[in-house]
Amino acid sequence: MTEENAAPPEETDQETVEEVDLGPMAYGVPVTESFGQTVLHPTPDQLIETATALQQDGFCMVIDVTVVDYLTHPGRTDLPSAVTPQRFEVVVALINHQQSTRIRLRVQAGNEQPTVPSLFDLFPGTEAMEREAWDLFGVTFTDHPDHSRILLPDDWEGHPLRKDHGMGDIPVQFSTTVGNR
Amino acid sequence: MTSDDLTLALGDPERVHRREQSAVLRVNESDAEALTGDPENPEDDHRMILNMGPQHPSTHGVLRLMLEMEGETVLRSKPVIGYLHTGMEKTAEGLTYLQGPTNVTRMDYAAPLFSELAFSLTVEKLLGIEVPPRATWIRMLMCELNRISSHLLFQATNGMDLGAVSMMIYGWREREEVLRFFEKVTGLRMNHNYIRPGGVAADLHDGWRQDVRELLDMLPARLEEYDTLLTNQPIFQERLQGVGVLNPAEALALSATGPILRSTGYSWDLRRHAPYMFYDQVDFDVVVGTWGDCFDRYAIRQNEIRESLRIIEQILDLMPEGDYRVQNKKVTPPPRARIDESMEALIHHFKIFTEGFHVPQGEAYVAVESPRGELGCYIVSDGSPKPYRMHIRGPSFVNLQTLPHLMEGGLIADGVAVISSVDPIMGEVDR
Amino acid sequence: MPQIPILGNTQHIANDGLEGLDHNFVTARIEDLVKWSRARSCWPATFGLACCALEMMATGAAHYDLARYGMEVFRASPRQADLMIVAGRVSQKMAPILRQIYDQMMEPKWVISMGVCASSGGMFNNYAIVQGVDQIVPVDVYAPGCPPGPETLMHAILTLHENIQSGELTRRRDANQGGAAIDLPPLAPAANQSVTLGEKEGA
Repeated sequence: MTEENAAPPEETDQETVEEVDLGPMAYGVPVTESFGQTVLHPTPDQLIETATALQQDGFCMVIDVTVVDYLTHPGRTDLPSAVTPQRFEVVVALINHQQSTRIRLRVQAGNEQPTVPSLFDLFPGTEAMEREAWDLFGVTFTDHPDHSRILLPDDWEGHPLRKDHGMGDIPVQFSTTVGNR
Repeated sequence: MTSDDLTLALGDPERVHRREQSAVLRVNESDAEALTGDPENPEDDHRMILNMGPQHPSTHGVLRLMLEMEGETVLRSKPVIGYLHTGMEKTAEGLTYLQGPTNVTRMDYAAPLFSELAFSLTVEKLLGIEVPPRATWIRMLMCELNRISSHLLFQATNGMDLGAVSMMIYGWREREEVLRFFEKVTGLRMNHNYIRPGGVAADLHDGWRQDVRELLDMLPARLEEYDTLLTNQPIFQERLQGVGVLNPAEALALSATGPILRSTGYSWDLRRHAPYMFYDQVDFDVVVGTWGDCFDRYAIRQNEIRESLRIIEQILDLMPEGDYRVQNKKVTPPPRARIDESMEALIHHFKIFTEGFHVPQGEAYVAVESPRGELGCYIVSDGSPKPYRMHIRGPSFVNLQTLPHLMEGGLIADGVAVISSVDPIMGEVDR
Repeated sequence: MPQIPILGNTQHIANDGLEGLDHNFVTARIEDLVKWSRARSCWPATFGLACCALEMMATGAAHYDLARYGMEVFRASPRQADLMIVAGRVSQKMAPILRQIYDQMMEPKWVISMGVCASSGGMFNNYAIVQGVDQIVPVDVYAPGCPPGPETLMHAILTLHENIQSGELTRRRDANQGGAAIDLPPLAPAANQSVTLGEKEGA
């Protein structure tokens, strides 16, 4: 991390630009817009490259890493034609403090054994978020320094936030007899 | 893999350092046992693994820490979390958008209104609706009051953790006053479910200005008392200054937000630098620290209370008349009086509360500045009345990653001060 | 005769002798005295889990002042606590720890299940939350609410005090073989044999 990256943004009265106009392609990957927010669609192989380029362009922080399981989704309409929809999608949110802009990466991670490279070496702050993604969705992050469960017990089986994992609820029984209360 | 192999693989020595020599103890429980030294062996380095929590009076709930100790010094550490994992993101998939706030409000229970706000703003973004100005101003008023009550809670627990038990009584005394106002407005002291998609649940009560005015008159004097009791007190300063130091580059790399990032002197506050609601219309200062130590984090929260009071002062003048929720038939149920007269209104009311309203397909992420940092909400909608996926980016969860770096090389007694200054709320960490 | 604080000069007690029995002495059953003192010095363990923990702390703070019931001393060590207030949702990961802490508490011990999450899982009927802490530890009083306000918690505490003093709880425990159900492993046979000092190996 260099010094100029660490300099706080200048105080300006400019209106926030949440949308970054990048055209249909940027950083070698397709770009879409979702409710005024810019979304990039790299493949898992392109992820590190894209993230490195973004980091050099001032996106100094990964704010969030999460996963969506599209198993029971009726079908996404917001993906660009070049992107093949897959069951697991890793969503990485980055922020640029200098221009106060945000960019979201949606990575199609695979259907059966979802795997994406870890962003830990570029952004060490992703460590816990990627562990959470593994814990709840079973997405493997290659090259992650501590690829283990974080929220659930170590001996837990399954990944509960997957759509084919049940809620795990216990049916509530209502007694018909009036108890002594 | 040895350190040399890693250097070859990763190239950059700094990367190797991050992975291998970091302050984070990356071992699981069974391996940790092997790290403990043999006390009988004089050759041994006498390191040991100390377990702290999850049931510990100063771990703020159920945080557990594995600490690698050499004597009294903490070398590496690992926060072990998940003892309050509630599966809220799964639960959210079974609740309609109108029921959603009841779920998220129980995450950060010290600042419940912010979770509701992030959720509601995201749903409104997906719906493409604009809430009336009064609703937004009410939201701002309530959120700033909530920021005060949350920071007062921090002052209380921080004092208690450091042995100033009387501070706990003081902090709670003031928090009670704020909660009383919340109870008047929302009906509950905590977990309000007050901010909902489309506006707020109810208008402010008659005489709310008077109530807020009383709070504004009372709190500054009470904050002076805190200054007398803690801020200027040599023992307290000695305990916090220079403890748990973080520099801006580390804070950015670890994705830290909120008071932790600001304590390093880095000015980043979403209210100022990416204004949402009407924060661009009010005048306030972003409080930053200088040294990035525990004292700065304490002082930032103390002064943020004052800034929030300033904002509330302005909201009192700026609060417009009007609707407190959007008059969009799709989202808002008809008024109570209409239900008695009109069959259609009754059916409509019934539909909204049973089936819920449909939200167009898409995905959006909206972030707000909670007392702990950036609180974001990511919702994927499939067009049905329930979110397909709801994810909350909890600031405490991410900020907790700074803990090993803050504690490294310090004394175990300072560890308590560090945990307290990070101010994690475990409900939001584990969700 | 000595000057005793509160009582003052106690010469008249000695003077009255047996004649003064009816006004100088109070007689009671020792059992009642024990129950009374148990009810009046019920020290809770700090066992804050979630939202309810904040309300539990608020109950102990200035405004609601739990000290009125002799309960302001929240003990950090379960060994020194009589009452466990399970304040908040209990996750599957936390459940074994909760049971361990309960087992570390000394008899007689009581449990208040504070809030709906602890009592029944509340709104979180899913894979992560134990559906009622009474599956793990015997609960004496349930406090409803999400979270229960300090008034509700105080009502639960007073109910518990009443039950402790009436002997209701100990009676119920005796009836169902001790609700605490501490599982002591049977003593190893060697422990039954008498050991003379100095006889042990290596001594």
